[in-house]
Amino acid sequence: MSEIEFRSVSKSFGTKQVLKNLSFRIHPGECFTILGPSGCGKTIAVRLIAGFETPDRGIIRIGSTIVADGSKGYALPPENRNIGVVFQDYAVWPHMNVLENVLYPLRMQKVPKEEALQRARAAIKQVNMDGLEERLPYQLSGGQQQRVALARALVSKPAILLLDEPLSNLDANLREEMRFEIKELQKSTNSTLLYVTHDQEVALAISDRIAVMNEKGEFQQVGTPEEVYDQPANPFVFRFLGIANFIPVYVKEGKTFLTSNKKEFLPLPTKVQREDGIQAENLLAACRPMEVELSRTTGPLEGKVVRKALLGPIIDYRIDLGGTIVRAQLQTEEGSRKNLIFEEGDSCGVTFSRLLWFPRNGEGEGTHG
Amino acid sequence: MVDIYTKPKISAAQIVLLFSILVLVVVVGIPVILIFLTAFFEDGKLNIPGFLQILKDPDTYQALWNSLVIAFGTTLVSTSVGVFFAWLVARTDLPFKKTMKALFLVPFMLPSFIGALAWKVLLSPRAGYINKFLMVLLGLDTAPIDIMSMGGIIVIESMYLFPFVFLQVESALERMDPTLEESARISGAGLLTITRKITLPLVLPSILSGALLVALYSLAHFGVPAILGTEKGIYNIPTKIYERIYSSGGSFRAIRVGTILSTILVISAALILKAQDFLLKKGKYQIIAGKSMRPMLLKLRALRTPLLIVSILYIGITVILPTVTIFLVGGLKTYGLSFETKNLTWANYLEIFRWKMTKDAIWNSVYLSLGAALVTMLAGTMISYVIVKSRPKGKFILELLGVLPFSLPGTVIALGVILTWSGRFGINIYNTPWIIFVAYVARYMAFSLKSNSAALQQVSDSLEEASRACGATHFQTLKNIVLPLIRPGMISAFFLIFLPALRELTTSVLLYGPTTRTIGVAIYALNEDGETVRAAALASVALVIILIGETSIRKFLARLQKQE
Repeated sequence: MSEIEFRSVSKSFGTKQVLKNLSFRIHPGECFTILGPSGCGKTIAVRLIAGFETPDRGIIRIGSTIVADGSKGYALPPENRNIGVVFQDYAVWPHMNVLENVLYPLRMQKVPKEEALQRARAAIKQVNMDGLEERLPYQLSGGQQQRVALARALVSKPAILLLDEPLSNLDANLREEMRFEIKELQKSTNSTLLYVTHDQEVALAISDRIAVMNEKGEFQQVGTPEEVYDQPANPFVFRFLGIANFIPVYVKEGKTFLTSNKKEFLPLPTKVQREDGIQAENLLAACRPMEVELSRTTGPLEGKVVRKALLGPIIDYRIDLGGTIVRAQLQTEEGSRKNLIFEEGDSCGVTFSRLLWFPRNGEGEGTHG
Repeated sequence: MVDIYTKPKISAAQIVLLFSILVLVVVVGIPVILIFLTAFFEDGKLNIPGFLQILKDPDTYQALWNSLVIAFGTTLVSTSVGVFFAWLVARTDLPFKKTMKALFLVPFMLPSFIGALAWKVLLSPRAGYINKFLMVLLGLDTAPIDIMSMGGIIVIESMYLFPFVFLQVESALERMDPTLEESARISGAGLLTITRKITLPLVLPSILSGALLVALYSLAHFGVPAILGTEKGIYNIPTKIYERIYSSGGSFRAIRVGTILSTILVISAALILKAQDFLLKKGKYQIIAGKSMRPMLLKLRALRTPLLIVSILYIGITVILPTVTIFLVGGLKTYGLSFETKNLTWANYLEIFRWKMTKDAIWNSVYLSLGAALVTMLAGTMISYVIVKSRPKGKFILELLGVLPFSLPGTVIALGVILTWSGRFGINIYNTPWIIFVAYVARYMAFSLKSNSAALQQVSDSLEEASRACGATHFQTLKNIVLPLIRPGMISAFFLIFLPALRELTTSVLLYGPTTRTIGVAIYALNEDGETVRAAALASVALVIILIGETSIRKFLARLQKQE
């Protein structure tokens, strides 16, 4: 259980700057997730903490120890950092069986043989792999190999645990199962956990706090899963956490108009009007597909159904709001109960159960996700 | 909270890097630089006219021309033979395919200078057994076949080099995606059209790359021209270099001529390798379908048996006939007698192990090749590790030095080693086994690098990083994770060096001293002195050693593979 701190850390490879002046703190015992698109530099953050890379500038601290100082070219070797790492490709050693893999960290730390064996067996049991100690990695499935990797990372009770996309090579069912197991293990071992992923579902499910990172390696928002999901700081965060509708509008004489056909849009809430930045003339109204409400009666806003897709429990529509396409989803059961099953070409009334407003500066429009 | 710095330990990486650069610079870099310096500079001044003058000298010019003609001819013959048999094995319903495929690779095992020796015994114009037989049979006054000619050299070299083409083309034909041909067939193309328009263009890169490999070997080949050509005054570059140095007793002027001819060899080799690299990349992109599938097989029908007989005859003539000849000649009481039981004796073979010169030669070859294989394997592992795995500054120097050994013919290495280790830098190991040892290390470094890098590329970085994260130092990680995982690559590197080194001739022949003959040198020297029977007896012993070595190693590697 240790605190991790980045103090204006920068790292580039050749001419490509991956991280620029990145600062953040992970509290002791916290499960912290960096969520971002692939290639955004989140893996580099993990590798910097582990000591596989050295920062160009800035300081990295684990607990009370400075493990890397870019300006001094100083870096503590990985083996002296007391960390556990789980890799995307598992990195289970193919020439050692399950028990030998899990024993390895204890052997390196010169733990007495008896105690080491006991702890290794306990760790193997913890990840539900008991009985398979003698198996070699090629005799294990991907999920089992990942469990071995987890046991190996946990067995030495490291102060911090780093997981780099550990579930992305597993199938959907296993992924769901494993993410709860990881959360359970983290709770029981009480270690500080940094989890790196591009999968917003995993991030929302297991994190105490999430940091959303953009392609340039900059944090866009740091907060609890609820905060990040409910009060996204900007369109990037909103889009990254689920299917997003963006409706470009502009404000004129206190009224809002759709940018695409210049017709009047819904009024701006007074709360939003007061906020800074929203004084701008051009805005993006954002919502999730589930927050788009359709009706048979034509309301203030009228749309046309462009495409309908039945996805089992939900129906997915694409609605043309006069040049702007939005996605709407409702539960199939609710749709048939309220007579809201539309066909392509039908007209419908559109309202929103909730809209978020962002200043618009070249951000994307329409539907994303 | 107070920030605490912990002192880092010195990493093993820097030491390994420095050591690797040192080995490559000393063993490969300096000799090559010295060759170029000696070739282009005289008395400390750049001397291009001098360089050109030696190339224009009729004697050296003729050697250059011969090398070119022999390489060209050998490449042409090897490629035709190799492609034909590759096609026969991969694409027809020839019987006993697996056995035939293995048999076509046997010429690789037979040292070509021993093959040449056998053919000289059979087909030399004056005393060749077959020639004498034909003269009697046909009532001729002169020998019908003269193997000691440019044509003879080309044919004999091709016999032992064609597997290069066979191997490349056969595997390309096997891996080729059959759907490519099937779709052409569905479009209505006949088998001939398909072969011409689809199959041939697709395997062309493999054919050409095999051909280039043959050209590379032939251009710098010493054994066959030395045995079949020198007596008749036919020299190629390597034999000319040897002749000049040998006849002048190692004078500097002769060495200078050698270095000038060497530069030509190195430059052509580099060009050939570059072309081959390019072709292989292109070929991979086009052909590889991943899994090998069952290709369309041509039914040979009535030709099935005749073509099988042709294949067996080919093997019989190129492998079995010369081998049997060597064993029989080795048993003759006097050279020239007929192969009747009353003329045969075991005494020659026993003598090989009693006579100091041959006994020494066997012992020298065994310990020099074992030592060189071990050292080259270990050094190659370290160098490959640095090239493949780490990213230190100065790595590019290492990569540059690392490819150099690939384009260095044996003769060139020998010359470079003479220039470096004859006291110029305070160390004179000329006439000692050490100079041969150093030359072997330089000559076979390329094999070691190739085998080790291939193995290392299979070990993903995260396997090492996982070990570091578990608290293992860099050194412990190498010992516990990397070495066990690349062990098969290291072992095969060892054998890839040990076996060819055991029968090495090209390099050793320029470096041996009175007590440091190797097996190859001893056979060559005995033959030169007209001791054909003794040469053949020693060659037989060498063949037995090679055969035992090859088979036990193949078994060992197969077992290793099963374990993996």
